[in-house]
Amino acid sequence: MIAIYKKEMRTYFTTPLGYVFLAVALFVSAFAFALTTYYSSDPTSNTTSYFTIMIFLMAIFLPILTMRSFSEERRTKTDQLLFTSPLSIFSLVLGKFLASLSMFLIYVLISLINLIPLYANVAASASQPNGALIVGNLMALILVGACFIAIGIFASTLTENSAVAMVITIGILIGLLFIYFINLLINVPVLETIFEWLSIYGRFSSFTYGVFDIASLIYYLSLTGLFLFLSERVFQVRRLG
Amino acid sequence: MIEVRNLTRRFGNNYAVDDVSFTIKEGEIVGLLGPNGAGKSTTMNMITGYLSPTRGQVLVDGVDIFEDPQSAKKKIGFLPEQPPLYMDMTVWEYLSFVHDLKNCEFNKKEHLAEIMGLVKITEVKNKLIKNLSKGFKQRVGIAGTLIGNPQIIILDEPTVGLSPEQVIEFRSLVRGLAKKHTVILSTHILGEVQAVCGRILVMNQGKIIADQPTATFKQTVGQSNRFQVKIAGPQREVQNLLRSIHSVKGVTCDGHRDVDAYTYIIEYTGSVEIRKMLFNELARKGWPILAMEDVSVSLEDVFVQLIKKADENGDQPKKKQGDIK
Repeated sequence: MIAIYKKEMRTYFTTPLGYVFLAVALFVSAFAFALTTYYSSDPTSNTTSYFTIMIFLMAIFLPILTMRSFSEERRTKTDQLLFTSPLSIFSLVLGKFLASLSMFLIYVLISLINLIPLYANVAASASQPNGALIVGNLMALILVGACFIAIGIFASTLTENSAVAMVITIGILIGLLFIYFINLLINVPVLETIFEWLSIYGRFSSFTYGVFDIASLIYYLSLTGLFLFLSERVFQVRRLG
Repeated sequence: MIEVRNLTRRFGNNYAVDDVSFTIKEGEIVGLLGPNGAGKSTTMNMITGYLSPTRGQVLVDGVDIFEDPQSAKKKIGFLPEQPPLYMDMTVWEYLSFVHDLKNCEFNKKEHLAEIMGLVKITEVKNKLIKNLSKGFKQRVGIAGTLIGNPQIIILDEPTVGLSPEQVIEFRSLVRGLAKKHTVILSTHILGEVQAVCGRILVMNQGKIIADQPTATFKQTVGQSNRFQVKIAGPQREVQNLLRSIHSVKGVTCDGHRDVDAYTYIIEYTGSVEIRKMLFNELARKGWPILAMEDVSVSLEDVFVQLIKKADENGDQPKKKQGDIK
């Protein structure tokens, strides 16, 4: 697993992929941060809307990290090396997942720079930033990111075309995010319960109000686990034909 | 070392590999011979655990590859038809990755240096794989299979795309490997198995149609009993004369005229030396021989003979024979 992890990290930094992800994600998040705090019509130190926007942006940026994961291996037939090596399929999946997650964590760490001016130079009309709220939001962002990465890896097992893998991922993620808004419109009790359960965004919103919700934590972790498990199943099923 | 029992793999309604069984002993070099689509790659992919069989079992050194894949796969080095190389890595980085991937217990530096020396890629170790020639890429692939010193080496069509010198070099490399490893290689070139392998398994349409040591294989299918001769002279009369020679079984003319000469393919029976006889007869008539050469055995000939043989013994299903081209 460590071998795979190291190889993936190496690929991120020897191909443009990792840099593109970091550059684009950091630029856009800095922009979003500025617009939702100092430069909003009502300057504020409240980061809630920033993190909300980030969740939606991550649905577009994280698939960049995962789109090549397994699809590229299949396209270049290097999957034959991986799957005939003594490693179990699950440890291959896990190695790839952890590499993408590390890239995401690197992004999250660097994006903390955004918060510095908030603390250093509190705008006249803004109040003191709420530290606990920020920590809660960051945790939630990481959890949701892990979930998105697992879904992206799952999508990359389905096709040998990385562009297709990216489109599938974005499709699934946007779908899971927008279920929340669909749910606001419909009025069927059974569907509402199901949609509420599926809604990634609905679970996230509780974090943005500074509420730490164990159920949400378990929800995100199990969704991540589910998609990693499904990725492994795809290979087992394909092997059986 | 390898035991394959009733291995079957179905893709849809098509049986790629159909009830194949064989055993390979330690230290053997076995050639899997067959035309494209005979099921060679599928068989190899199942032995290495890349594909699961629809039915059947593969035992690698007594370990079932589907029940205990981790320990069985450690014993195998596999080079697929297209070498699984990462083009953006240097040779050293690639081999080092494979070393980690196989969780190999040898000292990395020494082990990789030894292998790179063996397949002669030491001088390109810092080059990117994508910049290497096809022959070098193939060698890097072989180096990857040798890492961890697996007991069994499986090579799928290893000489495709190599130049003639590279093929010769490759053959001596494989013979060298056989001292320490059991080797299975697949090919659709008859000369290749005869040059390298001690035993030949012939596959066609997902079945094994022959399993023989190379020496006896040569005897059964190795003699072509045919040669090609170019004679200057009137076509019909030459043909009649050729037919009248004792032990000539058949004469065919390709009809292609070269000034006043035609090329004939002569098929003869037994081991009688008819070429002298032919020379004397034609000299008497004043029709000179311009060229004469043996027609080598082609893979198609082998199949025709093997199937004829199987038919005589009655141990092969008859329905398949009509399909063989």
